Amino acid sequence: MITAERKPLDELVEYIRPFDRILLVGCNECVTVCAAGGRKEVGLLAAALNMTFLKSGKSLQIKELTLERQCDPEYVEELAAHIDGVDAVLSMACGCGVQEVARRFKNTPVFPAVNTKFMGASERPGIWAERCQGCGDCLLGRTGGICPIARCSKRLMNGPCGGSTNGKCEISVEVDCAWQLIWDRLKALGLEDRYEEIMPAKDWRTAGGGGPRKIIREDLAE
Amino acid sequence: MENFEPVVVAFCCHYCAYTAADMAGSQRLSYPANVKIVRVPCSGKVDAIHVVKAFEKGADGVVVAGCLEGDCHFKTGNIRASRRVAYLQKLLDEIGIGADRLEMVLMSAGMGERFAETAKRITEKIRKLGPSPINAMVLSEARQSAC
Repeated sequence: MITAERKPLDELVEYIRPFDRILLVGCNECVTVCAAGGRKEVGLLAAALNMTFLKSGKSLQIKELTLERQCDPEYVEELAAHIDGVDAVLSMACGCGVQEVARRFKNTPVFPAVNTKFMGASERPGIWAERCQGCGDCLLGRTGGICPIARCSKRLMNGPCGGSTNGKCEISVEVDCAWQLIWDRLKALGLEDRYEEIMPAKDWRTAGGGGPRKIIREDLAE
Repeated sequence: MENFEPVVVAFCCHYCAYTAADMAGSQRLSYPANVKIVRVPCSGKVDAIHVVKAFEKGADGVVVAGCLEGDCHFKTGNIRASRRVAYLQKLLDEIGIGADRLEMVLMSAGMGERFAETAKRITEKIRKLGPSPINAMVLSEARQSAC
């Protein structure tokens, strides 16, 4: 999922300071899973903001809503009923959601409440790690299910560098050497031969190197 | 500030802390009436929003009281509560209410005296800290309009 973390409170306070009526919108998908912007976090942030402003004598009206997703127009449309009663929107969704809300409601300022981080998976409850960078040409079949683009600090395509020590990356002992992981996995699968296959230079155009990307399904596009 | 009576909300787990409070009662140990007890099945059930709402509604202090380590009826509820309280203390600092207004305490069901002492200690601590910053505004306004 897309992971995110709430922005520091003082940054959010600066965004909404000029306004009296705020719509605080959460998202029920990725940011709920990583406990950054779901219904619970919306409740917490609303109370936190309310108290922050109460300290200086200002009473802030905050309307709390959590949409199923903010990256689909059908769900964002649900905000239309509430938008006239507010001066600004604070969205706890990832960057995709914030932009969709801003696109739909052009006359109301929309602010992000979280910093969108990376595409990742849960290692353990409460711990999420980067797994995918959306390169557009997935090579996981050749690396035993471990991605050298997302998990190798240098995005090497053909084995570890000289900095790989005891299975850890030279940048930090907390980062596993992706190629160590790949070798261990291929060995466990009995596919060591695959390690010898040289991967050619990657075409990064599908990875965003060619500009903003789009998918069009002819059979589904209206 | 004279005449300030702090409001302290104590979330007490049914199996230990609440029973300790009950024990304090049967032993006729007095503790300040400032402490309002909310019984929960386990301290781990106390959600972040419960604590934050307590402060939003005017509590000057909040205590989460659970079982001693290793004794939680639900195995690790008190450990989760401790972690949650630590996280909330950081949030309260961010908001400007202050981490010292929230505390996690552990006790067993038989510790009536510990409950009474804890209640007294925390009430005095909050009394020294003064009213919660969001109440201070309300209080000073009331004072000004009374003059």
